[in-house]
Amino acid sequence: MLDLMKIFNHGNRSKDIARERLKLVLVHDRANVSPQFLEMLKSEIIKVISNYIEIQDDELDIQVTRTRSDEGDRVVPALIANIPIRNMKNAGK
Amino acid sequence: MSEVIVITSGKGGVGKTTSTANIGTGLALIGKKVVLIDADIGLRNLDVVMGLENRIVYDLVDVVEGACRLKQALIKDKRYDGLYLLPAAQTKDKTAVNPEQMLNLCNDLREEFDYILIDCPAGIEQGFKNAIAGADRAIVVTTPEVSAVRDADRIIGLLEANELRNPLLLINRVKMDMVKRGDMMTIDDIIDILAVDLIGVVPDDENIIISTNRGEPVVSDMKSRAGQAYRNITRRVMGEQVPIIDLDIEKGFMDKLRKLFGIKA
Ligand SMILES: Nc1ncnc2c1ncn2[C@@H]1O[C@H](COP(=O)(O)OP(=O)(O)O)[C@@H](O)[C@H]1O
Ligand SMILES: [Mg+2]
Repeated sequence: MLDLMKIFNHGNRSKDIARERLKLVLVHDRANVSPQFLEMLKSEIIKVISNYIEIQDDELDIQVTRTRSDEGDRVVPALIANIPIRNMKNAGK
Repeated sequence: MSEVIVITSGKGGVGKTTSTANIGTGLALIGKKVVLIDADIGLRNLDVVMGLENRIVYDLVDVVEGACRLKQALIKDKRYDGLYLLPAAQTKDKTAVNPEQMLNLCNDLREEFDYILIDCPAGIEQGFKNAIAGADRAIVVTTPEVSAVRDADRIIGLLEANELRNPLLLINRVKMDMVKRGDMMTIDDIIDILAVDLIGVVPDDENIIISTNRGEPVVSDMKSRAGQAYRNITRRVMGEQVPIIDLDIEKGFMDKLRKLFGIKA
């Protein structure tokens, strides 16, 4: 949604469209794991986290991709999860 | 200490052969001893780009099959001291060589040369596996287009899966006027997306075609912008810190734009 807004804000700059399209297509290209595997992982993550935090499980997004290491000197595979929180259950108490 | 560098790409026609010829010639101009291997078996090209096509007697497959000695197949470039070409076979296919043979060949060449540059065929099949087998480092060439960058990403993943970590990116055929009007991805866009380090940027330049017509690498043309770009890349290959000129132009422009609209960087 945010990415879409970006595109509209820049009007018709084709390079911005190119960049956003590339980012999306590469997420799929890089995720050389099966969709079934990702779904399994997703449901397990939801199960565990829901014990502690109320999350919006329909909005949960996980991807396997490549990123730069913390030291910035290497490119490493990474599991990226975006987990919107609805409510902190008595977390940490 | 010698180094084996493979010049590769996902998409074809993005400038691997041009880059191999120019970086190799650039290194020779600095005084290094260099051999260029054309690993694009069946689609021999580096010889014509280098202007050495009339001097071929033996080729890479002859060497690997033992039909000639390595020294016999190496073509000495008489214009540049220390520069040699090992041409590809034209009548064989990519299965005529295997990765182990390539590795052995590279190791033999290490005895004689400072730099061994390998011009890789396009694609991810046997030819690619052969070309990378003996390499210490990889340079991935792309143009600033969606399809080329996407395929570059695939190649970077494959190189890393084959233990060739931290490949360096060469962005070729950048058109500054298109970048300025927002119709071509910027250098920053591309390195941000691919998460790799940059070895250099080469502008789209007619001089490349003119010099290829003549069989004289553009790197020896002191007046052309592409030649300057390849001379800078050559120095970076040798480990020198050379600022990216095209990036500076771009930044200057963006700064002006921001000022114009009162946006803070
Ligand atoms: N920077 C450039 N500016 C203009 N033309 C270029 C540039 N780089 C490459 N070319 C042209 O693009 C074509 C493909 O280049 P080549 O090096 O043969 O690619 P590859 O080896 O990756 O297939 C050639 O005709 C070459 O002259
Ligand atoms: Mg080629």
